Amino acid sequence: MEWTSSLIVPQDSIKSNWLIPAPPKVLSRQLCVSSALHRKNLAAAGPEKFSEEFIKKQVEEYNIGKRHLANIMGEDPETFTQQDIDRSIAYLFPSGLFDKRARPLMKVRPEFLPGQLKSVQWGADGRPFHFLFYTGKQSYYSLMHDTVAKVLAAEKQQVLLLSEGPVPQDTKPISLVGSRWLLKEELEELLVETISDHDYARFIQLMERLLSLPNCLSEKDFVQRYRKQLEIQSSKQQVAPLQYDENGVAYSTADGRRKTATCTVLLRDCGSGSISINGRDYLHYFPVLQDREQLMFPFHFLDMLGRFDGQCTVGGGGRSSQAGALRLAISRAMLSFLSEGQVESMRQAGLLTPDPRVKERKKPGQEGARRKFTWKKR
Amino acid sequence: MAPTAVSNKLKATHRKQFQELQEAGEKGERERTMTLHRLFPLRLRQTIAQVRLLHGSGCGHQLEEVAMEPELRKETSVFRTQVNDPACQSERHLGQYYTLPTSHLHTIFPHGLPARYQQQVKTFNEGCVMVRQPALELISYLKAADYSKPAVRYLLYGLKGSGKTMSLCHTIHYCSTQGWLVLHIPDAHLWVKNCKELLPSSYHTSRFDQPIEASNWLRNFRTTNERFLSKIKLRQRYTWTKRESTEKGSPLGELVDMGVSRVKSSSDVVGAVLKELRLQAAETEESEGFRLAVAIDGVNSLWGRTTIKKEDKSPVAPEELTLIHNLRKMIDNNWCGGAVIATLSQTGSLYSPSSAYLPKELLGEEGFDSMDPFIPVPVSNYSEKEFESCYLYYLDRHWLQHPHSKTDEGKKEIIFLSNRNPSVLERLCAFL
Repeated sequence: MEWTSSLIVPQDSIKSNWLIPAPPKVLSRQLCVSSALHRKNLAAAGPEKFSEEFIKKQVEEYNIGKRHLANIMGEDPETFTQQDIDRSIAYLFPSGLFDKRARPLMKVRPEFLPGQLKSVQWGADGRPFHFLFYTGKQSYYSLMHDTVAKVLAAEKQQVLLLSEGPVPQDTKPISLVGSRWLLKEELEELLVETISDHDYARFIQLMERLLSLPNCLSEKDFVQRYRKQLEIQSSKQQVAPLQYDENGVAYSTADGRRKTATCTVLLRDCGSGSISINGRDYLHYFPVLQDREQLMFPFHFLDMLGRFDGQCTVGGGGRSSQAGALRLAISRAMLSFLSEGQVESMRQAGLLTPDPRVKERKKPGQEGARRKFTWKKR
Repeated sequence: MAPTAVSNKLKATHRKQFQELQEAGEKGERERTMTLHRLFPLRLRQTIAQVRLLHGSGCGHQLEEVAMEPELRKETSVFRTQVNDPACQSERHLGQYYTLPTSHLHTIFPHGLPARYQQQVKTFNEGCVMVRQPALELISYLKAADYSKPAVRYLLYGLKGSGKTMSLCHTIHYCSTQGWLVLHIPDAHLWVKNCKELLPSSYHTSRFDQPIEASNWLRNFRTTNERFLSKIKLRQRYTWTKRESTEKGSPLGELVDMGVSRVKSSSDVVGAVLKELRLQAAETEESEGFRLAVAIDGVNSLWGRTTIKKEDKSPVAPEELTLIHNLRKMIDNNWCGGAVIATLSQTGSLYSPSSAYLPKELLGEEGFDSMDPFIPVPVSNYSEKEFESCYLYYLDRHWLQHPHSKTDEGKKEIIFLSNRNPSVLERLCAFL
């Protein structure tokens, strides 16, 4: 049994240099606290809290140490990266320990990197800095507060303008094309605190309200901070240039894969519309209509049915996956013959997306991937 | 070229008749249209009044038949030809459909046409066959052949569904209209598999009889060659049992009837019929001879394997079956006065890979040696013109119901999906 004061300080405070100054000693009754309770309260204390100053000081010390290390090693301090630090420490303090995490290291604590950890939000006197600290989610509520202030300001301005006279407003609304609202996870990352789904919904609702007002052009920067630009997908597509063979006929090759079937396709701009697969006619290789329809899809979509001549080799998989692989390969091969708009429409049609579905693994204790053994009551 | 010379001659002699008939037809038509206007209301008149003058080239007797037809005649279109006699058809009619007269359908082809084609005939209420290059080639060979020499063997081969059986039927139609005796085995594969009853042969101890197949075939043979049955007399006496025998000099019809009624000895009857025909076909036309056409579909089954098993579960070789044994004798070219036209077929064949279609692969060593020398006739998928013709025919018969199939893009899709293969095209259009 230990006699301790009622205010529990985490044990780890002994390790760090200066954490929180001991609060003014409040005279309280000595309670009898057993070691078991002591340990429980440790867990309830939550993650460690550091003050802003402390974090800054740590980072400064790290940077100074980095420059010293660069000088020791005889390298340029300006261009001394973390990799160089690791190398130098491993050289200066060689360790025979097996566990990499036990070896000496010189790094900024990951929590101290900007945007990871909330430093202590109250001063030496214990008073919080932010007026909304006691809401629990101070950044979120302060954001909402600012946004509402802007909404009110915009409404007030609108009323003023209307009262002056019904002048036709030619303010254009903020263009939202090509961007999307930040996701909940992204917003959490920005605010460095957790928010609930309901909070997120309210935030989006409020922003939409702000955008619906006519005078919101001045808040463009504010709004753009909470929107993410989407990049055009098709610009990622790599289109190989067209090749020409001896007779001047344009041709292109491509590969395709589906499940375990792989294939290569050589498309020629001949004008015959005949396709041979593994040396045989496609009608005899795919007696089933469904497979031939799959082959037809890329040509039919672009209205180029009788234009190309194809030579394909395919292996692995079954008949359906071979047909799917061929379809993908043909679509990819056709890209070099097409314009940008057609490529985009192909991508939207799903012709260029490789099908990620593969056979699911069989699990032990079950008959198949999902099927369980017959359940017997006794 | 023999065929065009023949048709030119016929044209010259019958041109006068044709002109006379045409004038008569015109006059008659004017009168008929007057009565039509009086009797029928406008809409019906319009449909009936789509009567056009006949302008197909043809033989005289052909025109007589057509003039007898009712007033509601079909429009002559690009894909049809009025020349319904295979002897008069030439390269000009390539890709066009000609109609099989209904009487011929029942007599010549009681069992010969492919099953799907028979269904199509029933649906469309007419049997139309496309004039294609392999059949025309075969007919020209038959016209030009010398029948005092041993029988020539022709072999139709090609990819699955490319039209070998239909070409064979076209050739048989020609032979029938020319007055030949046609020995048509619709599918030799049916004789080597799924035999319900297998009797040990009474004639030869190591062989086996197939009474059901033999009697079926004899019945169909009787329907096809009615007029020859009374003309041909037997040269030999055949004893079937202690009490029954067929005397020398009796007509072939009696033998065939006996085979149909006495099912047990029907396989031997088949053998006897084949032997008689082989011997008698050698005679010339003046002394009441005839030309014999042996048409076998799926000839590769004669040298393949069978799925028939003996009672001790050992497989039966094809030579041990009486029917097959006798048929092999027919294929040998040691008789004169006729031709052997055969088709290879992978579809019904046993134990052969589905990619095989060449004679060497399907006939095997033994078969190839027996058939050698033969004239191979390749049959391929539809050409562009033939495909057009088939497509227009289906449109005309309102078989292609889907509105998209009537457009150009729909047509291109159909071409791609079927690759111009006749049977695949037919199956595809069946649900459009």
